[in-house]
Amino acid sequence: MANMMQFDLVSPERSLASLQVTAVQIPGADGDMTAMPGHAATLTSLRPGVVKVQSPEGEKAFVVTRGFAEISAESVSLIAEHAHVGSEVTKADLEDVLVAARTAAENAGAEDKDAAEKFVADMVDLLDAMD
Amino acid sequence: MPSLKDLKNRIQSVKNTRKITKAMQMVAAAKLRRAQDAAEASRPYTERFNAVLGGLAASVGGSDSAPKLLSGTGSDQTHLLVVLTAERGLCGGFNANIAKLARVKAAELSAAGKTVKILTVGKKGRDAIKRDLGDLFIGHVDLTEVKRVGYDNAQDIARDILDRFDAAEFDVATIFYAKFVNVVTQIPTAQQIIPASFEGAEADGASTLYDYEPSEEAILADLLPRGVATQIFAALLENGASEQGARMSAMDNATRNAGDMIDKLTIEYNRSRQAVITNELIEIISGAEAL
Repeated sequence: MANMMQFDLVSPERSLASLQVTAVQIPGADGDMTAMPGHAATLTSLRPGVVKVQSPEGEKAFVVTRGFAEISAESVSLIAEHAHVGSEVTKADLEDVLVAARTAAENAGAEDKDAAEKFVADMVDLLDAMD
Repeated sequence: MPSLKDLKNRIQSVKNTRKITKAMQMVAAAKLRRAQDAAEASRPYTERFNAVLGGLAASVGGSDSAPKLLSGTGSDQTHLLVVLTAERGLCGGFNANIAKLARVKAAELSAAGKTVKILTVGKKGRDAIKRDLGDLFIGHVDLTEVKRVGYDNAQDIARDILDRFDAAEFDVATIFYAKFVNVVTQIPTAQQIIPASFEGAEADGASTLYDYEPSEEAILADLLPRGVATQIFAALLENGASEQGARMSAMDNATRNAGDMIDKLTIEYNRSRQAVITNELIEIISGAEAL
């Protein structure tokens, strides 16, 4: 179908989703973007955030931290380091990541400092949004 | 000639051993299934990751600005061998085979005048190579407390290795683990992780032209450290399956050997019993004749 695309979400521990969708909203490193069928081939890294997937069966949400997305005209593949199904995720699952990120940011060298701090800020935003 | 009582005790003890090995075999079989599922579940991630990274590496790799993780430090003087083994024994030649491969490699490198450093993951491998190469150890990762190996464990190991790389402690890193083929075959494997090498992964990614967000180099610099973690994670899972497979076949052998031993001992026991009875009869008859 022309107005559908394949969506895959994989994490190292399991494959979370593989379905036909009409649109995917991705928290890209340079800002959110929505990919629809026919999107130009793009490779973007992810910041921690919520991925929203629109399919004929309704909308689904997933929470991802670090990773990247591979977008082509017919498919979107999210390759995330940690991913949770939106309805199942609790703040406790993410607290660990935040704590680890905070320590990393404190110990980071000058050149990595910005990135590490941005990661922490994104995580905090994400946790706030979940309230 | 052992007494009847001795034989009986012996048979009982072998029977108990057989029960234990049988139980261990069944536990290993159950764990093997789980380990294989875990390895199976991680495969899509690893494959995609490597395809994308391979494509990126192919397009950026040639330039001078390529990250060190990809192009190397420009020397190969110091080698880090990361030996991944199990935390427990009783799994046939599993640990010994990996240790042997690492030992051979270490000897080869030393003979070529290179400096060798060793990082061990898993107690058994550490014990196996401690005697020969103990002075080359620079660290050890203990996974005794870890019930199920997760990506986080791999990440911790990767971070340790990357920190050492940044501190210029070594130029080339190789991981040693056993590739799972089936229950009776596990192949000890050496795989170079730093500088990253991608064989056969480039075909897929390189053919598509992507827009990169942020830049190509930034993504590559972001992905390479994670590639190390991904490779270690894959190796850990592969190792987990191999360990259980090796244990399963080792315990299967042990159970069968115990069975054979019981049969042999039982025959000996019956013979001795028969001999005792015959002896007694002779004594009675000769006693009766003497009267």
